[in-house]
Amino acid sequence: MAASAGRLGPTTKQRYSIFALARNALGYHEGWQQAWRSPEPKKAYDVVIVGGGGHGLTTAYYLAKLHGVRNIAVLEKGWIGGGNTGRNTTIIRSGYLWDESIKLYEHALKLWEGMSQEINFNVMFSQRGVINLAHSEHEWREMRRRYEAIRLNGVDIELVLPDEIKRLVPIINIDPNIRYPVKGGILQKRGGTARHDAVAWGYARAADELGVDIIQNCEVTGFERAPAGHIVGVQTTRGFIAANKVGCVPAGHSGVLAEMAGFMLPIQARPLQALVSEPIKPCIDKVVMSNAVHMYISQSDKGELVLGAGTDSYNSYAQRGSPNHPEHLMAATVELYPITSRLRMLRQWGGIVDTCPDASPIISKTPIPGLYFNCGWGTGGFKATPGSGHVFADLIAHDRPNALAAPFSLDRFRTGYLVDEHGAAGVAH
Amino acid sequence: MQLVPCPWCGPRDDAEFHYGAEAHVARPSVPADCSDAEWEAYLYLRRNTKGPFAERWNHAHGCRRWFNVIRDTYTHEVLASYKPGEAKPDIGETDRAQKDA
Ligand SMILES: Cc1cc2nc3c(=O)[nH]c(=O)nc-3n(C[C@H](O)[C@H](O)[C@H](O)COP(=O)(O)OP(=O)(O)OC[C@H]3O[C@@H](n4cnc5c(N)ncnc54)[C@H](O)[C@@H]3O)c2cc1C
Ligand SMILES: [Zn+2]
Repeated sequence: MAASAGRLGPTTKQRYSIFALARNALGYHEGWQQAWRSPEPKKAYDVVIVGGGGHGLTTAYYLAKLHGVRNIAVLEKGWIGGGNTGRNTTIIRSGYLWDESIKLYEHALKLWEGMSQEINFNVMFSQRGVINLAHSEHEWREMRRRYEAIRLNGVDIELVLPDEIKRLVPIINIDPNIRYPVKGGILQKRGGTARHDAVAWGYARAADELGVDIIQNCEVTGFERAPAGHIVGVQTTRGFIAANKVGCVPAGHSGVLAEMAGFMLPIQARPLQALVSEPIKPCIDKVVMSNAVHMYISQSDKGELVLGAGTDSYNSYAQRGSPNHPEHLMAATVELYPITSRLRMLRQWGGIVDTCPDASPIISKTPIPGLYFNCGWGTGGFKATPGSGHVFADLIAHDRPNALAAPFSLDRFRTGYLVDEHGAAGVAH
Repeated sequence: MQLVPCPWCGPRDDAEFHYGAEAHVARPSVPADCSDAEWEAYLYLRRNTKGPFAERWNHAHGCRRWFNVIRDTYTHEVLASYKPGEAKPDIGETDRAQKDA
């Protein structure tokens, strides 16, 4: 990988540090630069990235940093990070079942470990440990299998029994007679959480420094192709923008963009919801996930309990979701964590997730030369943000997937080589 | 809450239903002759429309029957509900055949 001291773009940035903070405090904080420019779109780019979420921004960053592409735009229809990047519950881990997934997510986890330093932006990556609970004999058996699979890939993972779980998470109820008793779990100590907005802002700033144009309020409305079929640019709400290559990272809107380009994806758009409670004193310093009952919990630095629910069963682009999901979520939460029974919820929201039949992403070339898609991350792509951008930039630059990305090509739905992660994905689709 | 109009039982809470995604996807008539690409299309490729969308629902906790609904996936407005075998009402929703033509 190229040296991380790559601060060489056209917009030399102030470094963020404790000294910069002190210096700027003396100036009443009026001396801070803007973190990224908001340029008018140019007429043409080498690469256009559609979608200014974490995955799109990291793709642009790595294209500029590692592949020497200097003429890049990220087109975002709303504001950067306003999609699932800014709506997710920020759980980061790499403990999946299949080798292909473990390698991809672990690649991402390693990049998280150096991220704040690399992009000079504090993303508040907190390796507090993630526990996945098993709530039945069968789930516990499946989980032990997954534990062995993770270990065989050389990734850290531990089996934890109910007494140990109780010690790590004192607020949990391990009574064996509840509806979904805790049978055991796996703990990944290097897993944790990060500040989602900071990831979008940090990569926007780092990409901008390398010369990437970040263009917000610019919706892609169509694709233009040469007579021979190769992509030549995109139609947008701010006019035609020419491009030699186009990488689409639109999450929930993947199907809409694929339809514009004239092909179908095996993806369905579904709402996924989360809630946060009123802030309380620190009471849980791990992330705990219960796949079987569609609930997971962590505590933010502000003291709010962050709770995640299951996906709605039906297609939707309305970013809200059905009330029965928060209801199920709260029932499970109150049973497993009885101290929450009189806690009030402050906010609820939904994001549109791009669910794939095998609960794995699509990082792929498409039937159209020069057009690439990175999507299908569904309910669990935040943890992959830097790794996803890293391998997708490589795919766009070389027009072929590298070894990490190859198993996630679109043709797996034809060959039958699916990467079925329904058991290990945080939320069942 | 999404009210889903079952043609037999009337409007009910979406929690009573099982969702069947895109409607009018025909199973290949001679499965043994299908290419891998045809199987891929039948098994996995589904329209994912933003706007009026013909979709299947099963009233799992009611009459247990399958039926079709045309629903706007952006506003959640239900535009039509009809029994299997009935022709799809023409309300501006482009179907797969028209799209591919
Ligand atoms: C409630 C919830 C909880 C979640 N919890 C977790 C979790 O704990 N851990 C985890 O790993 N993952 C989680 N996820 C999933 C995770 O948020 C996503 O997989 C990930 O953030 C996707 O990142 P992205 O950059 O691809 O998408 P996004 O951030 O959604 O970015 C896509 C962008 O594309 C833009 N766009 C779409 N169409 C167009 C167009 N035509 N023109 C221009 N721009 C367009 C959108 O506006 C959007 O900003 C959760 C998701 C939700 C909704
Ligand atoms: Zn009915």
